[in-house]
Amino acid sequence: MSEKTYTPGEHPDLPPPANLIGPVAWIRKNLLSTPTNIVMTVLAIWFLYEVVPAAVNWLFLDAAFTGENRDDCRAQASGACWAFISERMKLFTYGFYPIEERWRVNISFLLLIAAIVPVLFDKVPFRKFGLYFSCAFPFIAAWLLLGGYGLTPVETDKFGGFMLTLVIGVTGIAFSLPIGILLALGRQSQLPIIRVFSVSFIEFIRGVPLITLLFVASTMLNYFLPAGVTFDLLLRVLIMVTLFASAYMAEVIRGGLQAIPKGQFEAADAMGLKYWPAMRLIVLPQALKISIPSIVNTFIGLYKDTTLVIIIGLLDPLGIGRASLADTKWTGLSNEVYLFVAIFFFISCFGMARYSLYLENKLQTDHKR
Amino acid sequence: MRVTPIAAVLAALSFTTMTAQAGTLEDVQARGELNCIVTTGLAGFAAPDENGRWDGFDAGFCRAVAAAVLGDGEKVKFVPSTGKTRFTLLNSGEGDILFRNTTETMSRDTDLKLNFLPINYYDGQGFLVRKDLGVTSALELDGASVCIQTGTTTELNLADFFRANGMNYEPVNIETNEEGIANYSGNRCDVYTTDASGLASTRAALDDPSAHIILPEIISKEPLGGATRHGDDEWSDIGKWVVNAIIIAEELGITRDNIDELCAEAGDNPSINRVCGTEGDMGSMIGLDAKWAVRAISAGGNYAELFNAHVGPDTPLGLARGLNAGWRDGGILYAAPIR
Repeated sequence: MSEKTYTPGEHPDLPPPANLIGPVAWIRKNLLSTPTNIVMTVLAIWFLYEVVPAAVNWLFLDAAFTGENRDDCRAQASGACWAFISERMKLFTYGFYPIEERWRVNISFLLLIAAIVPVLFDKVPFRKFGLYFSCAFPFIAAWLLLGGYGLTPVETDKFGGFMLTLVIGVTGIAFSLPIGILLALGRQSQLPIIRVFSVSFIEFIRGVPLITLLFVASTMLNYFLPAGVTFDLLLRVLIMVTLFASAYMAEVIRGGLQAIPKGQFEAADAMGLKYWPAMRLIVLPQALKISIPSIVNTFIGLYKDTTLVIIIGLLDPLGIGRASLADTKWTGLSNEVYLFVAIFFFISCFGMARYSLYLENKLQTDHKR
Repeated sequence: MRVTPIAAVLAALSFTTMTAQAGTLEDVQARGELNCIVTTGLAGFAAPDENGRWDGFDAGFCRAVAAAVLGDGEKVKFVPSTGKTRFTLLNSGEGDILFRNTTETMSRDTDLKLNFLPINYYDGQGFLVRKDLGVTSALELDGASVCIQTGTTTELNLADFFRANGMNYEPVNIETNEEGIANYSGNRCDVYTTDASGLASTRAALDDPSAHIILPEIISKEPLGGATRHGDDEWSDIGKWVVNAIIIAEELGITRDNIDELCAEAGDNPSINRVCGTEGDMGSMIGLDAKWAVRAISAGGNYAELFNAHVGPDTPLGLARGLNAGWRDGGILYAAPIR
């Protein structure tokens, strides 16, 4: 074997030794590096061996996808009975919304996507017009969903399923952020009335569980109001959920505000900026950027809290699932229902979490820690 | 801008409609819809089908009342409620009438200010256990863990029964029947206790019904019936007589199919004529027209038809008539006459 000689400084980069690259090296480094890791690896493999085949069998291989009722499913296969979910899919999606009017829900959903995209991403073509549309969207959606002005009116007690979750979740998210910002600023205000109002509002709402607020909204409010006065249950829920999320949002944003060095405020003053321009141009962009993970955290929490409305008799996907289980044709299929609803929530919440990561990376201006 | 929440509430309030202070009947007729409180889903009694239409034994009574009052059994807004919210919803006016397999008790009748309608289902609390537990009587359940729905009479009965027999139990609290099934089939409790009708549907929902038995002891009386709130006796009367009419229809052999024929003109049987509205002036006594009972019965059929369609032997629940047979057939269903 002849050794090639190189002049100093011209030696080419050689590949790393064989035992440091490739799958074998990766396994040695990541899975078998210490005795503890070896034990953990073995346990993990055993766990996967036990769980994955059983799960795949139950979910897909042994599952029944068509059938008229539970006995049909059981006769075909021993696994999951997805026929139940597919039969109930429309109920899960639209709740009790009148069948002939469901196209309005579909259009609202498409418009929701069209309205959200320009808000979320800044490289969208015609973004400026898109944002105008986003501002108009709540009114368009309210008109489409509730009817009136040429459309058949639909009462909010017909709302249910994923549609209800989206209505409560999107409304809560859209309104709690601005209200939360105002409350956070109000809490730091120099004006005593505003400060006292903000502090007492935040502390009161944070001191009460959401379920209590929902109960007050659904039942107690009727005792307080004059006899014969009613107002929409869903509207009450929307207000309560929004107020609840706003209080938490205010505290999250206050954390962001307090992380801004005092020099930034003084710099804004030195530029001659008044209070609102200073907040809008200098303080809030930084404070909100810092708060993104916590803000999204609050959003996700709010989104999942929408399932609590079942307590007051509104049927969100979980409620629809439970009610469907009471159908004598399908009783006893709770695993399928709960898994299905879990997947829906996971997709929504995971989506929000990924977007928050994307936003953090995009707004990253300093050095990574 | 800081007053946004308050402004929102005020704005919402200003949009509310002030309905005139009238009786429930006038309110319902003005609204054109009956608000009927049902469960959030109980097999056979009230549950939505795949199109979102509520149906079941209780839902059938809602439709009958709506048909009598509004002329259309579909003009019902079903208000789903949990065991805890049902009475608040009724008393706060969110619902006009309640059919939510609710046990009539003294404290509910008086303290909670309800007017109970005639009993439409005689139930009793029983115990469901796994066969391999080797238990054959409820008296052998000392120390067992028991799945029990909170906020119900069954919870109180259970405590009474175990105390009276000097036994202990470990409660596993659940909120809905569905949760009960999940907990029981997941072995988180040895015993599931609820009304016998519920146990039958629970057992039917289990993977292997033959591995479970319902113990012979029935430890309580659970007379289930509809209810209205105090303060509107005329409205309570309507509910009461709609239920009675449905029970009487079975006694008289009036069914959904033959009612048009029987009631076309006054026949020989005065009892049938009074139900049909071709004799006497029964409708105006409860503020309705002469055909109120005809519409109520046409909506879902007479008692036997409602029972067999939703909970009877041919349904997955497979409940026998038992106590709920008419008084002539060995049951205790006995409605006051319409006259």
